[in-house]
Amino acid sequence: MLRFVVRRLLQLIPTLLGLSVLLFIWLNRLPGGPASAILGEKATEAEVARINRALGLDQPVYVQYGRFIKRLIEGDLGTSTQTGQPVMDEFLLRFPATVELSLMAIVLAVAVGVPLGYFAAKRRGGWLDVAAVSSSLIGICIPVFFLAFMLRTVFSVNLGWFPSYGRLTTGINATEVTGLAVLDGLLTGEFDATWDALSHLILPAIALASIPVAVIVRMTRASVLEVLGEDYVRTAESKGLRKGVVRTRHVLRNALLPVITSVGLLTGSLLSGAVLTESVFTFGGIGSFIRTAIDGRDYPVLVGFIMFIAMAYVLINLLVDLAYSLIDPRVRVH
Amino acid sequence: MPLLSVDELSITFTGRGRRDVRAVDGVSFDVDQGQVVGLVGESGCGKSVTSLALMGLLPKKGVKLGGRAEYDGKDLLTLSSNAMRDMRGKHLAMIFQDPLSSLNPVIPVGLQVTEILERHRGMKGAAARKEAADLLDRVGIPDPTRRLKEYPHQLSGGMRQRALIAMAVACAPRMLIADEPTTALDVTIQAQILELLKELVDQQGTALLMITHDLGVVAGLCDQVNVLYAGKAVESAGRRELFAQPTHPYAHGLLGSIPRLDAPRGEPLRPIRGSINDRIDWADGCAFAPRCDHYTLECLSGTPQLTEPVGAGHGVRCVNPVLTGVEVKTLGVPAEQAVDAAAATAPAEPAEPKIPAQAGPEADGKAETDEGDAAPEAEPEAEKKKDAS
Amino acid sequence: MSTKTDKIDRLAELTAQQESSSGASLWREALKRLRASKMALVGAWIIAVFLLLAIIGPWVAPYAPGQQWRGEVFVNRAEFVGARAENWFGLDHLGRDIFSRMLVGARQTLLLGVVSTLIGLSVGALIGSFSGACATLGGRVGQRIDSVVMRCIDIMLALPSLLLAVSVAAVLGQSMTTVMIAIGVVQIPVFARLLRGAMLVQGGSDYVLAAHSLGIRKRRIVLTQIMPNSLSPVIVQATLSLATAIIEAAALSFLGLGNPDSAKNPEWGVMLTQAQNYADSAPMMAVYPALAIIITALGFTLLGEAMREALDPKLRG
Repeated sequence: MLRFVVRRLLQLIPTLLGLSVLLFIWLNRLPGGPASAILGEKATEAEVARINRALGLDQPVYVQYGRFIKRLIEGDLGTSTQTGQPVMDEFLLRFPATVELSLMAIVLAVAVGVPLGYFAAKRRGGWLDVAAVSSSLIGICIPVFFLAFMLRTVFSVNLGWFPSYGRLTTGINATEVTGLAVLDGLLTGEFDATWDALSHLILPAIALASIPVAVIVRMTRASVLEVLGEDYVRTAESKGLRKGVVRTRHVLRNALLPVITSVGLLTGSLLSGAVLTESVFTFGGIGSFIRTAIDGRDYPVLVGFIMFIAMAYVLINLLVDLAYSLIDPRVRVH
Repeated sequence: MPLLSVDELSITFTGRGRRDVRAVDGVSFDVDQGQVVGLVGESGCGKSVTSLALMGLLPKKGVKLGGRAEYDGKDLLTLSSNAMRDMRGKHLAMIFQDPLSSLNPVIPVGLQVTEILERHRGMKGAAARKEAADLLDRVGIPDPTRRLKEYPHQLSGGMRQRALIAMAVACAPRMLIADEPTTALDVTIQAQILELLKELVDQQGTALLMITHDLGVVAGLCDQVNVLYAGKAVESAGRRELFAQPTHPYAHGLLGSIPRLDAPRGEPLRPIRGSINDRIDWADGCAFAPRCDHYTLECLSGTPQLTEPVGAGHGVRCVNPVLTGVEVKTLGVPAEQAVDAAAATAPAEPAEPKIPAQAGPEADGKAETDEGDAAPEAEPEAEKKKDAS
Repeated sequence: MSTKTDKIDRLAELTAQQESSSGASLWREALKRLRASKMALVGAWIIAVFLLLAIIGPWVAPYAPGQQWRGEVFVNRAEFVGARAENWFGLDHLGRDIFSRMLVGARQTLLLGVVSTLIGLSVGALIGSFSGACATLGGRVGQRIDSVVMRCIDIMLALPSLLLAVSVAAVLGQSMTTVMIAIGVVQIPVFARLLRGAMLVQGGSDYVLAAHSLGIRKRRIVLTQIMPNSLSPVIVQATLSLATAIIEAAALSFLGLGNPDSAKNPEWGVMLTQAQNYADSAPMMAVYPALAIIITALGFTLLGEAMREALDPKLRG
C-alpha cells in the first residue's frame, strides 16, 4: 500500500516537470514577455528593461528555466500583480472556501445522483428513468454560469430566501478553525454561524453540482443496468436474499466502482465550474480570485493556479484509486 | 405425488415493437423426491428459461407465463414475489453455469455463503461462519476456513463451482436445479462436480432438475430425460429407453452426432444439419422439419402430438418417428451398453472431435460407477412417468 | 416427384416466415436503431432548424445586427423595450433588435462549434492514432512512445478546460479565431484518448489476431482493420463536442475572452454575458440567448447520445 502511494507520488514529478516546461514556454510566449506580464501592459520601456534584468532574462534560456523551477520548488509562485501579495499566500487564504464549496457540490451530486441513477436503472423506461435521463441531458447543456446566475436571480434577489453573495453575513462572529465555515461553526458550537454559512453555500453548491450530478446519474444508471444483468445478481436472487441485501451488497457495491472513478475525473471540470460559480456569487474562494486574475492578466496567479490544479488532480485521483482498491479486491495494491 | 409437477408451462417474451417470442411452449414433466430429471437440448431450446421461470427469476415485465408448476401444492408461477423470495434458497435452489461470473467478485466467498444461512436459517456471526466452513468442507473444498476469507478470483474454477453448490445446498433444499453446471469447467473437473452432485442427491434425497446439452451428463446422472426442441418437449423417456431407442429424429440425431471411441475407423459423424434458427412455427408443423431427414408433407400440417409409439412412458412428438433405434443398436450392441457408450463420449460438439479422446477414459470410469448407484432406483421411476399431454 | 417439390416449397415458405436475423451489417443495424430512436429524432430536428437558421439567418433578419434605436433606449436606463410588433424579442442595452442579433448569431455559433470541433478532432485524432499505432505495432519502443504521449495528454486532460482556453487566449490575443482555437485545443486530449483507447481494444480483439495469423502485415491491419472499427466512438464524440464547444464558448465570453467584435458579429455566448449585467431590469434579454444555447447544445447531445446507444447494442433500451 505504502509503496503504491510512494510510486504514484514519484510519478507526479515528471508530470509536474512537463507542465512546468509548458508553462515556462507559455510565459515566454506571452505578448510582451514576462515583464509586461508582471507589470501589466502599460509598462514603460525602462521599467521592462529593469524587470528583465531583475528576472535574469538577459541570461540563457536554461538558466532562466532553472531559476523558474527553483522558485517553484521553494513554493514561491511569484507575486500577484493585482494585490501585490505573494501568490502562495493568496491561495492559502482562499483555498478553504473553494474546498468547502467543491466538497459540498460533490456530496450533493453523489447524494442526488446515485439514488436517482439507481432507481432510473431499476425501473428502466418508467417515468423516473425518462425524467432522470432527460434532466441529466439538459443539465449538461446549461452553461454553469447561467445556472448560477438564474439561481441567484430567482432565489436570492427576487425571493430573498438565500443571501446573494459572500460566505458569511457581515456581523456574524465565526471563529476560524479549519477554514471551512460550516465545519468551524459545528466545531466551536457557533450554530448560527453554521447556519449562515450553509445558507451562503447552498445555491453556489447547487449550481456547481449540476454537471457532476448529470454525469453521476448517467454513470450510475448505465453501471447499474450492466450489473443487474450480471450472473452474480441472479445468484443472489436465487438465494432468496432480501431486496435490501441484494441492492446494497450485490448491485450497488459493484455498480459504484466506475462511479467512484468518474468522481475523481470530475475534479478538473469542478474547478472550472468553481471559477464561474464563485464569480457569480462573489464567493471568496480561489475561483473568484482566478476570475479577476483573468480579467487583470495576472499571469503569476494563473501559472500558480495551473500548477496547483495539476497537483490537486493527481492527488485526488490517487485517493480515488486507493478507495477503489479498498472496495475491489481484484485490484488490491501492494 | 411428485415434488414438482410442471404442467403445460409456456413462456412468451413480449418485447415492445417486436413480435412475441414463445420460448417455451407447453412443456410438462414431473420431478419426484430423490429423482434426477434431465432437460436436454441445444442452446435456444428453452431449457434455461424454464429453470428461471421455476425459480421466479424471470423479469415481470415483458414475460408472459402460462400453465402451472406445482411444488408441494403451491403453484410457483403465481406465488407473490415475496413468497417466492422465501422459497428460493430454502426450498428451491439453483446452481448456475459459469461459476466465476455467478459469484460476486467484490465480496469474500464466506459472506456469500453466510448470507444465505442468515436469511433462511437465522444463523449469525461465528455460528454462521462455522456452518459455512462445514458446508465448504462437505462439498470438498480443502482448508475451508481460509477459503471463506478469499475472493472468487482467488479460487480455481472447480472450487468456485463447489462453493456455488455449497450455497445451493446450504439450507438442504428439497429441489435443486442445475443449469449446465459443468459446461464452463475442465473435463476432469466436470466429472468431479457431477460426482459431488450425485452424492448430495443420494445423501439428502434432494430432487435434481438437470439442465444440459451434454448427453454424457444425461447418461451418467439422469433417471428421466426430456428432450426439448424449440420450446417443446419432443421426446420424454427414462434414460435407458431413450438411449436404447431414441425415436424422435432430433433425439436420434443428437445421439448420432456424438463422436464415439468404439465406432469403426473412417465412420463419419452424422451431425444434424442447420441450426436451431432454421425452424418453422410449431403451429404450422414440426419445428424440426427443416433440419430433419425424415420429414414428410404431413410434418407440415399442424403441431404433432405427443404419442407413445415405442412403449408406455416413452413420449415422442413426431408423425414419422425413427422406429429402428440408434445405430449402435443395429450394430448389435445391447441397450445396456448403449448407455455406457453414450456416457463414454464428450459433450455433443461435433465441431471439436478432439475432446472425446481426452474425455473418454475419465468419463468412462465415472459412468461405470454411476451404473451401479443409480440404475436400480431409476427403473421403476421411469415406468411411473406418465404421458405429459 | 411432385410431392417432393411440394414438400420443399411448403418448407421454404414456412421457414421464410420466421424472422431472418442475419445479413445486416453493424452499421446498417445501427442506422436502423438510430431511426427508431426518439432521442435521435428530436436531436436531428433541433439541429436541422439550427442549421437552417445559421444558413438563412443573416438574410432573413429584419434589421442589421448593429442597428440601434437611439431615440428609445439609453444605456443603463431602468427599463428596456420588451417584445413588441417591430422587435419580437425586444431591444438590448444598446437599443439593438435582439431577434435579429439572435438570427445572425446562429451562424457565428455554428461556425465556432464546427471549426473548434474540427481542430480538436483532427489534431486529437492525429495524436491518438499515432499513439495507438505505436502501442499496437511498435513493440517495446512503440509502447514507450505511447506512454509518454499519453502522459502529456493526461496533463492536458487534468487542466480545467477554461484555464487551457485562457492560456491559449493569452498568447494569441483576443479574437474569434482565438476562441475557436482555444476550445479546439481543449478537445484535443478527449479525441486522442478516445481513438487510442478504441484502437487498443480493437488491437486486442480476436479478429485482429486472426488477421495476424493469416500473415497480413501489421501496418495493413492497423489501416484496414483497426482504424475503421475504432472510428465510431470518435464520430459520436464529435457530435457531443459540438454541444460542448457551444457551451464552452459561452463560458469563455463570460470570463471576458469572447468575440471582441460582437457589434457586427453577435454570438450567443457574448449576448448572454452582456445581458447578465442588466438582468434586474430586463431578464428576458438573457433568457433568449441562454435558451438558444441550451436547446442547440441539447440537440447535438441528444443526437450524439442516440448514436452512442445505436452503435453499442449493450446500452440499448
